[in-house]
Amino acid sequence: MTARTTRFLQQWLVFAGLVAVWELATRAARAPFFPPPSQIARAMYQQWLSGPASRLFLTDDVFDHVFPSIGRMLGGWAGATVVGVALGVLLGRSAVAMDFVGPLLAFGRAIPPPTLVPVFLVLFSLGTPMQLATIVFGTVWPIVLNTVDGVRAVDKVKVDTARAFRIQGPQWLFGVVLPSALPKIFAGLRVSLSLALILMVISELVGTTNGIGYQMIYAQRQFELPAMWSGIVLLGVLGYVFNTLLLAVERRALAWQPVGNHAQATGG
Amino acid sequence: MRRAVRGLLGLAGLLALGEVVGRSGLAPEGYLPPTSVVLTRLVELLGDQSFVLDVVATVLAWAIALGIAVAVAVPLGLLLGSVPVLRHGTRAVVEFLRPIPSVALIPLAIVVFGMGPDTKIFLAVYAAVWPILFNTIYAMDEVDPLLVDTARSFGLNRGQVLARVVLPNAAPFVATGIRLSASIALILVVSVELLAGAGAGIGKFILEASSGSGRMDLVFAGTLVAGVLGYLVNAGFEGLQRKLFAWSATTGEVPQ
Amino acid sequence: MPTMLEVTDLGHRYAAKDGVYTAIDGLSFTVGSGELVCIVGPSGCGKSTLLRSVSGLLRPTTGQVRLHGNLVSGVPADLAVVFQDYSRSLFPWLSVQRNVEFPLRRALGRAERRERARQALEQVGLTGAAGKYPWQLSGGMQQRVAIARALAYRPALLLMDEPFASVDAQTRFELEDLLLRVRREQDTTVLLVTHDIDESVYLGDRVLVLSKSPARVVADLTVDLPAERDQITTRESERFVAMRAEVARLLHSPPAEVAAPARERAGAVVGE
Repeated sequence: MTARTTRFLQQWLVFAGLVAVWELATRAARAPFFPPPSQIARAMYQQWLSGPASRLFLTDDVFDHVFPSIGRMLGGWAGATVVGVALGVLLGRSAVAMDFVGPLLAFGRAIPPPTLVPVFLVLFSLGTPMQLATIVFGTVWPIVLNTVDGVRAVDKVKVDTARAFRIQGPQWLFGVVLPSALPKIFAGLRVSLSLALILMVISELVGTTNGIGYQMIYAQRQFELPAMWSGIVLLGVLGYVFNTLLLAVERRALAWQPVGNHAQATGG
Repeated sequence: MRRAVRGLLGLAGLLALGEVVGRSGLAPEGYLPPTSVVLTRLVELLGDQSFVLDVVATVLAWAIALGIAVAVAVPLGLLLGSVPVLRHGTRAVVEFLRPIPSVALIPLAIVVFGMGPDTKIFLAVYAAVWPILFNTIYAMDEVDPLLVDTARSFGLNRGQVLARVVLPNAAPFVATGIRLSASIALILVVSVELLAGAGAGIGKFILEASSGSGRMDLVFAGTLVAGVLGYLVNAGFEGLQRKLFAWSATTGEVPQ
Repeated sequence: MPTMLEVTDLGHRYAAKDGVYTAIDGLSFTVGSGELVCIVGPSGCGKSTLLRSVSGLLRPTTGQVRLHGNLVSGVPADLAVVFQDYSRSLFPWLSVQRNVEFPLRRALGRAERRERARQALEQVGLTGAAGKYPWQLSGGMQQRVAIARALAYRPALLLMDEPFASVDAQTRFELEDLLLRVRREQDTTVLLVTHDIDESVYLGDRVLVLSKSPARVVADLTVDLPAERDQITTRESERFVAMRAEVARLLHSPPAEVAAPARERAGAVVGE
């Protein structure tokens, strides 16, 4: 058995052990707010995975609440990526422009995104447009700031090399600037992806009648604690899955980096 | 100097844009109040005792949450960072807990802690623990083994090596973690106040302003205050870091 | 031999903290078509500034550079540069093959680009490494890639800025011989900057000796060694030893009046 598999087993054994302890503790304590994991698992199964075989056992709930949530989250995040990278490249190539808007960016990032939810609520109609606006506004800052950093930090020798070979225009932008900035851009994308999940939940707590966040707050009001907990677990799983997927994409896109750097990239 | 002037010009530009858009009638009356109205409200609010108390409540909750997060995450990070077995063993647990968005715990925190300040403090702590924890663990990996060997060759024992070599080396990274967490904790406190409704706080103020009468001018004024607070928190910690760790070549940034 | 490069009264000044810093001052020299000219000078004398000015990357404060008689403003089309820091000059996100092809993308079609890159990589002995990424290669091999990239571009003038300063001694010998070989094969004109006296004499048809900053041309020496050179026999030959001693002397105690370095005079010094 390799050291890697040993470590893997070790990790999951500890994990399983902790879940078992939690199960025993919650059963013994009978605390109403903390249902045992087995009960949460059963609630999750009933809520999402007890559908007909023709639909891969997915229930209506998945189609009515989970998928719309994921769609809004990814949609908002994609929008923020397009806006953020474009803006970041423009600002990063011009020190003067950055002088003008740099402080504004720092300020914009510091605004807690939910404070603007009331504004988005009145400006956009209730539901998806307002939610998309919230997600885009909340997730765009790390992408812009990281892109600016990455674009600014293009290595001097590479700039000289490109100039010496008279590389200009699109080839300069897509062949030199963006690849140089890519590691930084990915760092920003990862931060904003986890923000997108948070903002998706926030926007659903406020202004919709569907989505994971809506279901959770509904379950809480009905005092269905297992259902509320299954929402928490589902969001944890989604966060983990999306982060892992993005890491996989990143490893692909940055396959040209020396091996040592990969360990660092995954370490954080 | 020129940069500061340009920054101010940029700010003035945004404010002017806000004024123009507010007066243009692009949005229905009262939805996007012009800058002048928002700033007037802001000045009025700063003289209003109950609003000042809201700000104090937010800042206080933020400070308590950050203090608890530091007290929990730094020792834990040092422990996990220096005992590899513990670290690998707990990795799956950490990887499972970390992605749970703190806001997903809002319903739970409300039923457990009620509507008091405990809820927002708990959630802010939960969110603020991670950056400090990860930066601290990372910092323990970053200590140059050569430095440790050098110290040991001068006859320092394990405890002395920890106190004089490892901790000072880890400090810039830990500080960066704390700075990130400080911003996150503030955002969380205000968000929870806004979403869960609290006794007092900027978030509660914004919630009340927006519900019922829909006073967007007050919403914007409150948002401005929250933004300025966040800006000051980040700038303050950055300044402190520059001062304290001027000796360090690293910026303390951890590759994510 | 027609003149390819003509540098007249070149000077460059920076605004520094404490007033104006003059990096190079009143530099004049020419490079004939097909020549390999080495510029040697003490470290920090402004060699890189000179090279950047010649390549059009830097606009000189005074004087002018002419390539084929045309005034250089901006980087000319038929010029390529090999930088010292290969690890930073190669694009890490491109494979070796694509690094070599990269500058050709504007002008050539896919098939032709490939063929040129293949030839260039063969010339520098890297045929097997075409699919690798730069970080997978040793320093010497990375610099070979940079040389291949410059060769594939087929420049009339190849500029090299301390190209072998960052590789170990053994590799340096190999790369020096590689340069001598490909330049003969391709009949390229080369202007090479170095701080290594032996290297300048071993490689050059001519050696330009610079003074300390602000750099001026102290001497312009013709290297009268046989065209065919060898790392062992050439370096132990009497001519080589005398030549490098001469360059070393000029570097350490340059003649008093350096304002008008005449080729004849320098030639007289060397020519016994």
